[in-house]
Amino acid sequence: MRNIWTIAKKEYDHYFITPIAYIVAFVILLVLGFLFWIVIQNSIQSVLFGSPSVPDTTLLSEWFVILLMFACPALTMRLLADETKTGTIELLLTAPIRDYELVIGKWLGSFLFILTIMIATLIYPIILNRLVTPSIDWQLVLSSYLGVMLAAGAFLALGVGASALFSNQIAAYFIAFFICIGLLIFIGVPARFLSAGGGFFEYLSMGTHFYDSFNRGSIQLSDLIYYISLISLGLFTGIVAVESRRWN
Amino acid sequence: MIQVNGLIKDYGARRALHSITFDANQGEIVGFLGPNGAGKTTTMRILTGYMPPTDGSAVVAGYDVMEESLEVRKRVGYLPETVPLYMDMTALDYLKFMAELRHIPNAEERAYETLEQVNLSDRANGFIANFSKGMRQRVGLAQALIHRPEVLILDEPTIGLDPAQVVEMRNVIREIGKDRTVLLSTHILSEAQQICDRVLIINKGSIVAEDTPENLQSRLVGSQRVVLRVRGDSDGLETTVKKVKGTRGIEVKDADTVEFEFSSGQDVRPQVAKAVIQAGYELIEMRPVGMSLEEIFLELTQENSSGNKS
Repeated sequence: MRNIWTIAKKEYDHYFITPIAYIVAFVILLVLGFLFWIVIQNSIQSVLFGSPSVPDTTLLSEWFVILLMFACPALTMRLLADETKTGTIELLLTAPIRDYELVIGKWLGSFLFILTIMIATLIYPIILNRLVTPSIDWQLVLSSYLGVMLAAGAFLALGVGASALFSNQIAAYFIAFFICIGLLIFIGVPARFLSAGGGFFEYLSMGTHFYDSFNRGSIQLSDLIYYISLISLGLFTGIVAVESRRWN
Repeated sequence: MIQVNGLIKDYGARRALHSITFDANQGEIVGFLGPNGAGKTTTMRILTGYMPPTDGSAVVAGYDVMEESLEVRKRVGYLPETVPLYMDMTALDYLKFMAELRHIPNAEERAYETLEQVNLSDRANGFIANFSKGMRQRVGLAQALIHRPEVLILDEPTIGLDPAQVVEMRNVIREIGKDRTVLLSTHILSEAQQICDRVLIINKGSIVAEDTPENLQSRLVGSQRVVLRVRGDSDGLETTVKKVKGTRGIEVKDADTVEFEFSSGQDVRPQVAKAVIQAGYELIEMRPVGMSLEEIFLELTQENSSGNKS
C-alpha cells in the first residue's frame, strides 16, 4: 500500500510540471465553462417565459465524459511507455516493489489528478445554484459526478494497460483512445440494429451505464460492477504486460 | 554474499548464459570482464531480480533471486548500464523518491547524505536534465547506495566518463567496497586491474577465467620478460646479460636496449643489474614487459571462440 502511494504521489506531482496536464485541465474547464454558460442562458429564458424549472446540469456531465475520452489516454500514455523507453523501468523492476503496486500506483496518480480537475469543475454547479431559483438538484449532480469519476477511472485504467504494452507514447495514446471511444460510442451502435444479441452490446456500452443511469440520478450496483470490471481489466492488462517484460 | 550456480539464460533460441558459476564474498570487489554481449548485463539483471534465469540458481545476501526476489532487491543496490534517471526531477527529489520506495525514514535527509557521499550535494536542487554525464553517473550511483545495501551491482560504472571522473568514480567504488560486496562489470582491463580483488573473465556466456589480476597474469605467463636500457655505449651488453645464469631469450631491441626472459619462480633481475653495472654500463631502466591483462584477455577470449571452452 505504501509503495502504491509513493508511486501515485510521484506521478501526481509530475502532472503539475507537464504541459499536457495543463492543456487537459484547461480544455476541460473551458468547454465545461461554455456549457455552463448555455445552462445559465436556458435558465434565464425559462424564467423570462414564465415557467421557471430546475436547471439541467446533466449537460455538463454528459460532455465531461466525452472530454475525458480524449483526455484520459493523454494523461496515461506516458506512465509506463516512457519508463520502458528511457530504461527507468529497470529501476522500478529492481526496486523492492511488486509489479501490481507499480501499475496500481501509476493509475492512482492519474486518477487523483482527474479528481483534482473534477473538484475544480464543481465551481460551476455551486455558482449555478446561487444564481437560480429553484435551486439545482444536488442529488443528480453528485450521482452524475460519481458516474464521471467511475468513467474516468475506467478510461485511465485502460490507458495504463495500453501504456504498459508499448514503449511508444503515441501508440499507447491511440490504442487507449480507440478502446475508450469504442466503449463509449461505437459498441452501442450494433445494439440498436440487432434484435438478437443486442442486449449484450448494450451491456458492454459505457453509454448504457452512464447516460441511462448515473446521469439520470440512479446509482445501481450493476453499473458499479461494470466500471469496477473495466478498471480491473485495464490494470490487470498492465500488470501482465509489466510481468511479461521480465520474461522477455 | 553472492553465490551463483549453473546460471543459464536463453533469449528465445539464443543462449546468452551457458551455466555460469561463481561467488563473491563480503568486502570483496569482483570485476566482471568481457567484451560487449558476453553476458555481463544479463547476469547482473538476474542477480538484481530484474528477470529470472532459465535455469540454475543464484543466492544474493542470503536470499534466492527466484524465490525471494523482493528480499534480494531490498538488499541490493544496482546501477544499470543505462543509468536510469528521471530527467525532469531534481537530484534530491529523485533520490527522495528512491528512498521512499525503499521505506527509508527521513527520506530527504538520507537523500542529501547520499548526495554528499558522491560529492554532489552542491547540486542537490539542480535538474538532472542539466547534469553532465559524470554527474548523472554519480546520481545513479547515489541511487544504488541510498539504502546502504549489502551488495552493490554496478554495470559499467565508468563508461562515458572523462579521465578525471573515472578516477573519482573508482575511488568512490573502492571506498564503498571496503565493507560491502561489489560486483562491477567493465570492458576496460586496466580498470579491473586497479580496483578489483578478483576478476572473472566472461566471454560468450561462459566464465573463461577467474582469479586475482596478479595471479591471472602469472598463471598465463610462465616466464617474465624484462627490458633493460643503458645510457651511452652498449657494445657487448647482450653478452653480459647472457653470462648471468637463468637468463634466456635475449634479444637486442635497439642500440641501447636489450630484452631478456627468466622463469617466473626464479627472479634474476638483481644479478643482471649487478652484472651490468660491474661491466661498466650506466643502467637507466629495467622494467617488466609481462603480458598485460589486455593480452591475457585477448588470448582467453580468442581461445574460447575457436572452440575450446574452459
